[in-house]
Amino acid sequence: MMPVISVIAYLALAPFAGALLDGLDRKLAARMQGRKGPPLLQPFYDLGKLFSKQMIAVNRVQILLNLSYLVFLAIAGSMLFAGADILMCTFLLSTADMFLVMAASCDSSPFSTLGAGREMIQMMAYEPLVLLMAVGFYLATGTFHVGEIIRAPACAVIAMPGFLLGFIFITAIKLRKSPFDLSTSHHAHQEMVKGITTEMSGPALGIVTVAEYYEIVLMLGIVALFFLNRHWWSWPLAVAACLLVYFLEVLWDNVSARVKWDTLLGSCWVATLLTGGLNGLILMFVR
Amino acid sequence: MAKLAKSPWLLHYDGSSCNGCDIEVLACTTPVYDIERFGIINTGDPFQADILLITGGINHQSEAVVKQIYSQMPDPKVVVAVGICACTGGVFKDCYNIKGGVDTVIPVDVYVPGCAARPQAIIDGVVKALEILQQKREAFLARRA
Repeated sequence: MMPVISVIAYLALAPFAGALLDGLDRKLAARMQGRKGPPLLQPFYDLGKLFSKQMIAVNRVQILLNLSYLVFLAIAGSMLFAGADILMCTFLLSTADMFLVMAASCDSSPFSTLGAGREMIQMMAYEPLVLLMAVGFYLATGTFHVGEIIRAPACAVIAMPGFLLGFIFITAIKLRKSPFDLSTSHHAHQEMVKGITTEMSGPALGIVTVAEYYEIVLMLGIVALFFLNRHWWSWPLAVAACLLVYFLEVLWDNVSARVKWDTLLGSCWVATLLTGGLNGLILMFVR
Repeated sequence: MAKLAKSPWLLHYDGSSCNGCDIEVLACTTPVYDIERFGIINTGDPFQADILLITGGINHQSEAVVKQIYSQMPDPKVVVAVGICACTGGVFKDCYNIKGGVDTVIPVDVYVPGCAARPQAIIDGVVKALEILQQKREAFLARRA
């Protein structure tokens, strides 16, 4: 019964939670830059507007691919919140991203094609750590099942702090934060118009935005997984950790400039080796 | 205010401006004026824009570009001509290469005079444009229904 409730809660509430976090992000970013910033509920106004605009569809496939992106992200998140296999969840996460790449490649705009290419480079950059992290959870807790990981006697992060560090590093890519916002950026100063979302207007962009909100909650859910155990106090600890990680991402977004694709790939792989790889090796020797 | 007026995304295009008005437009996004507090985002993508901000008069080279950008913007949309050159052609009006103001090529909703237009005047013009955008939105939704 419990998994059903948490999946329904995720599907229904994640877009709202994601939009609120996005509003908080924009407010925080504005304050960091010495501005007042938009209202906290601005993402809701933006979504409302996007769904009431005319949709200039480039072709009929694009909206279908956008919807697939949304549906696969929602399924990936549901797997996590249902307490299912974490490995399956990470596979679905990358499948969802492939649909976005296809949605961007199916039109003729050179900007969105370039954005799609960069999105694939980003996938190459973060994928090794995401897979290693699933293995790390297995080494630390003896199971791939989220439902059993959160019933472990101690926080997983005690055995795998390196993986958490690495995960914070690659979360910047998933949340489209500077310095890794290569394929598209939430900021106006984007050298290739809007990159992967260039040819998406009105409702099509709205669908991608809602999918991104599902993704934010999913990523923070994985952060929470590092902290949850069978004791009640691990839940407030996990929520606090999620908010701290989100704050760190916003801070990083505001203090760094966008890097080139080779720096992205190099730094992510080196970070993966140093954090996940080293932590994984130590765990294997200890076992 | 209704949905659209709370989330207007700008697209800024330089017709043939001397960059005076462009710098004032960019000044609106700086911490001093901070147009993002109205939910305004300076986007570079016509597919995602609601308000087209044009500076400078239209010449024969920029005419086709302005028409294309305007046609790529989804309905409902408004156009704001910023600066006297964009309004009428300004001091360049009689030049052989200038067609005139923006309204010689596409319909303009709000005219913001000035040389260069002050950031306060630009923000005022955009807020006026929001009212027109709201009327257009109601008409658009009525047409769609």
